[in-house]
Amino acid sequence: MTTQITPAPPATDGRTTPSPAQRPEGRLPRWVPGACFAAAAAVAVGLEAMGDFNIALAVLWTAVLGTLFVWVSSRLMEGPRKATDRLVTCLVGSAFGIAMVPLLSLVYEVTRRGIARFDLTFFTYSLYGIVGEGGGAYHALMGTLVITALTTLISVPIGLLTAIYLVEYGTGRLKRAITFLVDVMTGIPSIVAGLFAYALFALVLGPGIRLGFAGAVALSVLMIPVVVRSSEEVLKLVPNELREASLALGVPKWRTIVKVVVPTAIAGLGTGVTLAIARVVGETAPLLITVGITNATNLDPFAERMATLPVFAYYQLTQPGVPPEFAIDRAWTAALLLIMLVMGLNLVARLISRYFAPKTSR
Amino acid sequence: MAKRIDCSDVNIYYGDFLAVENVTVSIEPRSVTALIGPSGCGKSTFLRALNRMHEVIPGARVEGKIAMDGQDLYGPDADPVAVRRQIGMVFQRPNPFPTMSIYDNVAAGLRLNSKKLKKSDLDDLVERSLRGANLWNEVKDRLNRPGSGLSGGQQQRLCIARAIAVEPDVLLMDEPCSALDPISTLAIEDLMADLKDRFTIVIVTHNMQQAARVSEQTGFFNLNGVGQPGRLIEFNPTEKIFSNPDQKATEDYISGRFG
Repeated sequence: MTTQITPAPPATDGRTTPSPAQRPEGRLPRWVPGACFAAAAAVAVGLEAMGDFNIALAVLWTAVLGTLFVWVSSRLMEGPRKATDRLVTCLVGSAFGIAMVPLLSLVYEVTRRGIARFDLTFFTYSLYGIVGEGGGAYHALMGTLVITALTTLISVPIGLLTAIYLVEYGTGRLKRAITFLVDVMTGIPSIVAGLFAYALFALVLGPGIRLGFAGAVALSVLMIPVVVRSSEEVLKLVPNELREASLALGVPKWRTIVKVVVPTAIAGLGTGVTLAIARVVGETAPLLITVGITNATNLDPFAERMATLPVFAYYQLTQPGVPPEFAIDRAWTAALLLIMLVMGLNLVARLISRYFAPKTSR
Repeated sequence: MAKRIDCSDVNIYYGDFLAVENVTVSIEPRSVTALIGPSGCGKSTFLRALNRMHEVIPGARVEGKIAMDGQDLYGPDADPVAVRRQIGMVFQRPNPFPTMSIYDNVAAGLRLNSKKLKKSDLDDLVERSLRGANLWNEVKDRLNRPGSGLSGGQQQRLCIARAIAVEPDVLLMDEPCSALDPISTLAIEDLMADLKDRFTIVIVTHNMQQAARVSEQTGFFNLNGVGQPGRLIEFNPTEKIFSNPDQKATEDYISGRFG
């Protein structure tokens, strides 16, 4: 959890090939910054051990003290210019270390509590007829997958075509209006998207309607602007020379876009779409309103309520029943599963950008 | 193949800005015509007007008449896509399609226009085009490697192969050698000498020696000042331009007194 690097043995490098130009007299040996941070960590742990031990505060102390130690020793031995350089390096590194604290502690805590029910039963059973121990989130996992797939199916064509319009065709006022509206849509609170979709379907199908498809529509409202934005940026990166090369061959514009622009940008487009999916897969509020929750498995998004992982976790935590601990365990496992889904999607995005990027190697 | 181009009273605009004024010129078939002049004088703009690539830029338009063997390129029933198929273009920076192999790059003009060709015919065409661009011997063993892996000069010849694969009547070249070293430049100049038997070639260049080496006709563009439109000052056989030009400005430019 701390940010220090292990101090390198002092005699490894530099000493074997001493070069006066590279190793002037007043230069800190390589191990000093590491040692400073190790000392700072020791002091911080000591400080915290006196009161209630708090790992976040310990990291904060380590960062502050380590930076101070490095700066003081560098100032004494290397002079002010090098000291400023090291100070800024330490500040940047420390900021990263502190930013990692919430992420790592969250992953650690969710894994620790969620691992208890991370078993086969959790993935193969629904909550149908379960009171207390056992049961799983099969229905919620499948619900999340179905609704997310449906959302993607709605959002990607609309988002991608909008981005293509904005980059390749749009001019003047209409383009500015669309860009503005997409920006506004990006900022819509998710609960508003849920209420919109609920109101829309209640108008047609009567009040009290709960439908997987309505959830997909609500999530699309959130996902479309993200897809538009990321696709637009990626399409703008395609060099204009490629478009001109294609047009100069006598290829019509629409075919240039389909055969040259989009394939060149496909890695970025895939990454953007995957990250947009990761953005909406954990949305709770809109699904709470539009899809509701159920204990049974329902795979048909066009009929009745469906369970989804975020809403499942929410209900297991807020209405655990008696005794509560089994439901709360299930909620943690659902949270763990959601984090894993998002991480997996991010990983997929990286793989896409690696394998589909235009090959430039000789 | 190889058609002549007649321009009369051509004015070229970017929005309201008149970039090139009143060009009247005839470009002969089966010859190389060079356009020279200082930066910003409208050579490239004029070149792009010849195959209707100018209007790709928002707000850009062309007035006047440009005809290729009597066919009005800007007439009401002229299709810019069809014009560009007849008049190919090679750009200043080599721009092979990064997602395609060398083979696919050459075949791109046909593939992208979804012409159905038999595999053997397409192979023949690719080989013929690459041979035409003097590149076949260098790439015949790696036709399936990405085109962006070639050197700059090879990439430029790949772009020429791609342009001649669609068998245009005219080939426009916009400073095709300005990003290349002398050896690659020589390769491309030799190539132009070969290609002019089959195509009408128009080349824009900043290199006056190159214009003198490769072209039969030379046009000199100039402008009076920044913000003024560029004009065609003189259009004459290359020997005349470089030995005894009609205009004082041409002589000043060629002898290095300005520009």
